[in-house]
This record gives sequence, C-alpha cells and structure tokens, in this order.
Amino acid sequence: MIQQLGPILVLAGVVIGFVFLMIFLTNLAGPKRLSSPRKNMPYECGIPGTNTAGTKFSVKFYLTAILFILFDIEVIFLYPWALIYVDFLKQGPFIFVEMVVFMAILTFGLFYVWKGHALDWD
Amino acid sequence: MFGRATLWIGIKLKMGTSPFEFLINTLKVALIFIMTVNIVPLLVWVERRGPAFMQNRLGPNRVGPLGLFQLLADAVKFIFKEEFIPENANRVLYFMAPGLCLLPAALTFAAVPLASPIHIGDYTFKIQIADINVGIVYIFAVASLGVYGILSAGWSSANKYSLMGALRASSQMISYELAMGLSIIGILLIYQSFSLNDMVLAQEGPLKFVWQGKEIIIPFLPNWGVWYQPVALILFMTAGFAETNRLPFDLPEGEAELVAGYHTEYGGFKFNIFFMAEYAHMITASALITTLFFGGYSLGFANTAQVTQFWAEHGQSAAGMLGISIADAATVLTSLTHLAAFSLKTGFWLFIYIWVRWTLPRFRYDQLMDLGWKTLLPWALANVVITTTIMFFAHVGN
Repeated sequence: MIQQLGPILVLAGVVIGFVFLMIFLTNLAGPKRLSSPRKNMPYECGIPGTNTAGTKFSVKFYLTAILFILFDIEVIFLYPWALIYVDFLKQGPFIFVEMVVFMAILTFGLFYVWKGHALDWD
Repeated sequence: MFGRATLWIGIKLKMGTSPFEFLINTLKVALIFIMTVNIVPLLVWVERRGPAFMQNRLGPNRVGPLGLFQLLADAVKFIFKEEFIPENANRVLYFMAPGLCLLPAALTFAAVPLASPIHIGDYTFKIQIADINVGIVYIFAVASLGVYGILSAGWSSANKYSLMGALRASSQMISYELAMGLSIIGILLIYQSFSLNDMVLAQEGPLKFVWQGKEIIIPFLPNWGVWYQPVALILFMTAGFAETNRLPFDLPEGEAELVAGYHTEYGGFKFNIFFMAEYAHMITASALITTLFFGGYSLGFANTAQVTQFWAEHGQSAAGMLGISIADAATVLTSLTHLAAFSLKTGFWLFIYIWVRWTLPRFRYDQLMDLGWKTLLPWALANVVITTTIMFFAHVGN
C-alpha cells in the first residue's frame, strides 16, 4: 500500500516545484513599487476598513464541523462493510440485518439532530 | 553511481526497476501534470466563449484564432504582476496557501486510470500516475485536505471577507463530503472493490448481472454504473458541484457580498494557482463521474481484449512506423482509443459543469446547508438501504 504511493510523492514534488517556480518568477519579473499604509490595508472597497481581523463568526460553523466528524466516522464504517457484503450474503442474511440495525441508529442520530434544530441556519 | 542511485530511488518509489522504465514513468508523471495544468486555459476559454454564444455575444476573440491564446496572454500577464502582501498577513501561510490548494487537486487526479495499460517488450506501463488498490478511499482522503488550503488562504490574509469566504467554503465542503461519501457506497456494493481500475474493468461489455443465481444479460445497454445507481449519480454530481465551489454553490466567492471570498487579497500568479486548483478539482470530479458511472475509459460494448484484437488486425502500419511488434503496437493503439473515449466522456461532464454555471442562479447559504444536510444526506442513506435490500433479494442463499 505505502509502496504504491511512490509516484504520488514524485508528483507532489513536481507540483510543489511548479508553485515555487511560479511565485519565484513573479517575484523576479513583477514591478517593485513603493508600498504605503493605504495600499497595504486589507481590501474594503476604497474606504477605511472596519473589523479587519478577528471578526466574530457564527457558532453554526463549529456545530457543522462537529456534526460532520460524527457522521463521517460512521460513514467510514460502511466502506469495508460494502466490500464484503455480497460474499457474506451467500452465507445467510446476518450481514443484512446488521446493516439495517446500523442504518437505523444512524438515521435516528440524523433525526435527533434535525429535531434539535442543529441543522437550521436562520 | 548516479545510475545506481536513481535505480534505488526507482525501486523504493515503485517508479521502475530499469533506467528505461524509470525514465518513462517519470515522464508520465510530469506529462499528466502538465496536461492537467494546460487543460485549464482551454477550459477557461470554453467557459468564456461558450456562454458568450449562449448569451448572444462574442466573448474574447482578439488574441489568436478564435481568441484561443487569450489565456496564454493572461498567464504571462500574471507573472508580470506586482507581488503584494497585505498588512497583518501571516506571510508563511499566505504564500503556502495557493500550493496547499493546488496540491490535493493535482494529487487526486493521479489515481484515476486514463487508458488501458501499454505493453512494450517486457515492460508494462499504466496510463495512470499511481495504481492504488484503495483508489477511491485515497481520492476522498486527499480531496478533503483541500479545505486546509482554503482555510489558510482566508485566515492568513487578515481580511474579514477572506475569512468569511474561507469559513463558508470549508463548512460547505465538509457538509457535501458526507453526501458524496455516502453516495459512493452503492457503487462499492456493486463493484466490491476500492480500485478504480477494477471498477472500469467491471463496466466493460453489455449490461450483465446476477439475479437469484441466474445471470441476466441485456445486450443493447453498456455495463455502466449509472444503470445500477442512478440516484447515486445525481447525489455525486450535486455534491461534486459543491465540493468544487462552482455555481450554483459558489457562496464562498459570492462577489456581491464577499468581494472574491477566500482569495480577495491574492493577485498575480498566486491567484492563478487558486484558479488552476478549482479547475483541477473540476477535472477530477468529471473524471470520477466518468469512471464510476460511465465506464471510465472502456468503450461500452467492446471490452479491452476485443479492441486489442481489432488493432492487431488493422494496425500493421502503426507497428511499422513505431518499429515494435504488432502485438505491442495493438496495445498502444488500444490505449490511445481508450484515452480518446475517456477524454470525450470527461469533456462532456466538464461541459455540463460549465453549462450549469451559466444556467442556474446562486443558492442562499441556508438553502445550501438545507440541501446538503436535509435533502442529499437522507437520500443518500435511503439509496444505501434500498441498494442493500435489492442486493439481499438478488444474492441471499445463492
């Protein structure tokens, strides 16, 4: 498995080299003009900026991230199961019943979050 | 000394056991990357000329024939732009962010098989940068790293618009990743493999499946994944639009409210790299739709052996021209045929991406989140349950 990632490392090297080269070229070829405090200000449509850094943002973003981790881990459990499903079916319906139980728990979780208004954005 | 060192690296990195194989494999990696980077100007040209025709105007038509060199001129212009660093920016992250965006976009494409392997003498060359046996898991793992590039771009530029754009982008990407990951499970159930190569091989020939121990063949349809998983296709495509931050889901760049989203403070070639990353994501998404649902590089009804047989009978002149045996030349011609088929299918999906962008209006953010969590996710769960139930009746006890 790790061995198969060799060409990926080579490609990663090529990509990083490309990005470095291009930023280096821009540094080399681009004009060097004087900088001024006005020019270096964060963009704000030409008027003096307000709340430039460290603005507060909605807690919803945190909540989404937490819910994502919860659900994504459960989805990952389904991946290896999906590979062996047909082979195991030949030995009886046990793997199917297991899946139904697992999906019921997952769906209940989604239903619980939904009814708890964690998915609402307004 | 140098030769032995390269050889050692070659064996360690699975790049080949002889200098010839090592050279070809390195060239292949560079070529596929350069190809991906060079499709971007072409795509941008289609993106500007195509909608121009849809909207009854001309689009860029000055530089070169049909305006084809416009983007080349743009790329050169990007290099000659001033390097600008905003006040209070975190310099290291600010310069790293474009690279962090492009890297996952380019790496995901590495696992997609572009054509059938070529045999020359004793060597076998795969038209794919890395044949990974857990290909689909690898693609999802690397694609989710794209969030880091966007977040660091937004946070390091110390601009509230950038920060809001980055937050929106990351929140949207992780939400739609769920539906995307779940929609794939139906496909995994059918092919029983993580390897994209296995999936393509399983989709060759006419539609064929096993129902309660009997094999059923439908000769007038190709054996494509879309016939088994139509719902998964719609879910995957929708999630793909959101993952690539394209319209109708381009909230992170909503110019009416956020200037340009997470790359507000970027200019010159650094901005161009963000652009390339977005298009590379689009190419990977189209290639994945092709591979998972539309037979990848396979030709539909004819499988690889039949195509090779055809070229072994008709490819004498090519064999003479290349100076290799007819059997080897047949694999080269087969590979080229498959590459053409793959490019056509992927090109079609890329066109759909561009078409949708100029057809649908942008969503509101709460609508976007509702679609991801309250529509796509339940549908994806239902798709898994229904697929498993049908497969239960198809296979149980046999």
